[in-house]
Amino acid sequence: MPTKTQQDIDRYARDLNPEVYTSVYGGTKATTEKRHDVLFHDYPDPDLLRRTAGEVKQHTLENLDTYLPKAEAALKANGAQVHFAADGDAANRIILEIMKANGAKSMVKSKSMVSEETGLGHFLEDNGMKCLETDLGEFIIQIDHDHPSHIVKPIAHKNRRDIAKSFEREGLGDYNDDPATITRRAREFLRGKYFEADVGLTGANFVSAESGRLAIVTNEGNARFCMAATPIHIGIVGIEKLIPHDRDLALFTSLIGRSGTGQHLTVYTQFINGPRRFGQPDGPEQMHVVFVDNKRTEVLASNCREILRCIRCGACLNVCPVYRQASGHAYRSVYPGPVGAVLSPLLAGTRFPELADLPKASSLCGACNEVCPVNIPIPDLLLRLRDKAKTEHAGRAMKGTPPMGMYGLLASQPHAWRAAMTMGAAMNLTPNAVMNIIPPAAAWNSCRQLPKWRGGKFRHWMKERGKN
Amino acid sequence: MQDDRELVMSRIREALAPLKERAQYPEYDPELPVCRAHPEFADDWELFSHKMKQVNGTPLKGLDALGQWLAQQGFKLGYCDPALVETVRAHPAFAGITLETTFERSRVDDYTFGITQASGAIAETGSIVLKDSETSSRLGALAPWTHIAILKRARLYPDSITAISHFGDDPSIIWATGPSKTADVEGILIEGVHGPGVQVCCLLD
Repeated sequence: MPTKTQQDIDRYARDLNPEVYTSVYGGTKATTEKRHDVLFHDYPDPDLLRRTAGEVKQHTLENLDTYLPKAEAALKANGAQVHFAADGDAANRIILEIMKANGAKSMVKSKSMVSEETGLGHFLEDNGMKCLETDLGEFIIQIDHDHPSHIVKPIAHKNRRDIAKSFEREGLGDYNDDPATITRRAREFLRGKYFEADVGLTGANFVSAESGRLAIVTNEGNARFCMAATPIHIGIVGIEKLIPHDRDLALFTSLIGRSGTGQHLTVYTQFINGPRRFGQPDGPEQMHVVFVDNKRTEVLASNCREILRCIRCGACLNVCPVYRQASGHAYRSVYPGPVGAVLSPLLAGTRFPELADLPKASSLCGACNEVCPVNIPIPDLLLRLRDKAKTEHAGRAMKGTPPMGMYGLLASQPHAWRAAMTMGAAMNLTPNAVMNIIPPAAAWNSCRQLPKWRGGKFRHWMKERGKN
Repeated sequence: MQDDRELVMSRIREALAPLKERAQYPEYDPELPVCRAHPEFADDWELFSHKMKQVNGTPLKGLDALGQWLAQQGFKLGYCDPALVETVRAHPAFAGITLETTFERSRVDDYTFGITQASGAIAETGSIVLKDSETSSRLGALAPWTHIAILKRARLYPDSITAISHFGDDPSIIWATGPSKTADVEGILIEGVHGPGVQVCCLLD
């Protein structure tokens, strides 16, 4: 099949299954509206919360050399063991070592985006360990050998019929696409697995440097179950998750629930900084925290460090016109949507050119910045990355871009411009077949309809105006 | 990996070295995350009840109210915090219901409910606070379909800031806001995923 357009995201959106489009579009739109309602209902000036939270995070990032050792010391003082991983492979190896050292064979895990980055699940399975996702969406992703398409709602691209088929295939009961039945079956299946597992793994949404507390939010209670049934808790945490004080947690837990899902608070909001307390019969005897760099320090050194403020709420995905049309898999990386268009190419390191087209997947409308709970100037960062791609001649970023030389020549010569304006009207009479001879025009044409030519009117109007 | 610690720390220092100035911490009003006031509610319990109902929780005032609610449930066996069991058993509503004070993992599905102490509650969000030091069993508060938290009025905090100021040195604190839920399947709300499908908070004066 001839390539109609060379831009991967355009092509993905064009070929998207209409059912997926409906799931993604409906889900994101509803969540965006809920977010708006709950924020404005609760706060006279929600913008002030966003701006403040952004400043708190920026301050923390720019003082990470102080805050990270502080969090480490607080965790150690509380009996937790702290590890550092320079990259994803190191993080995976550390976790495998913890398991081996304790004779552990199986892990139940709750949602963690950084573990998606490191490919932890596959790594453990390859090394003879069992690793089971417990978040309902992530569990379905795991049994389908799929990838999450949304940071908060990993199966935004699936509907209940897809899920019912997967459950039937996995022997979790006869075909039944009632969401309540699906959920109940997952509850029953996973319940026994928590008790069989040796290790419970969680991510962390925030880490207070003051107390070392990992703030972990879930709605399903799976992270809590991982920490109630297993003897070892491992928290895998990106080094950018820090905030200075416990009191800042009030601001951030208020924002993450409201921004992500339109809730005042997520159902289970946990604050953990050590193994279980003496006398508590359930819960881990060991707590390990693995702080992961995995190119975050490169981002910190770049002119896009603001992206490290991100708290992974997914609000920018939900509001983004490109995400709504293209869905998450179009971004070909762990982080989709506007945040992904910035973060994914940066975290790719030397593979930057492979993802250098992502910053172009934006109309720069600014909606992502408006909804961001930490006020990240995403459109500015997209422009900085476009510039980087151009400067570094990252081929992928140039695909489907018409050469601007002709336009430059026209626009700088008044006579040529005037002639082009007059000639432009002829385009209305030009059949598309003729247009498609020029490759960039063909690419553009394949996904869009050229509006009727209406050029030249302004000049005409100016001329007439001068007469009166 | 000790080497990785040094490597990560040195990368951070190198990344930050070129910054001429570092962003200041914004000294914001601690009340900033507090929601709009609700003068329509007589006290924090009224506000808490309203907020808890909004997330499909069940607030009940006093043991009699709990008794009436229990009578409709047909419960037979549940887990109960040893510190609460005498108070609870003394109430006629519990006649005929077996209360066990240790949570046996092998019988996880036999317990239809769990009764534990709440270390606190947050009025403006309808959340209950559970702490390792005061929750008798993490599983008792999590695994049964129904969780009943017993709250003393003095522990009802107006907002999350106040709840945070009472963290103390407990290594595990959770705020539970309504029943466990998901909207992963087509955005449809389903309650009782891994945790309780019914979340009750009973206030004792």
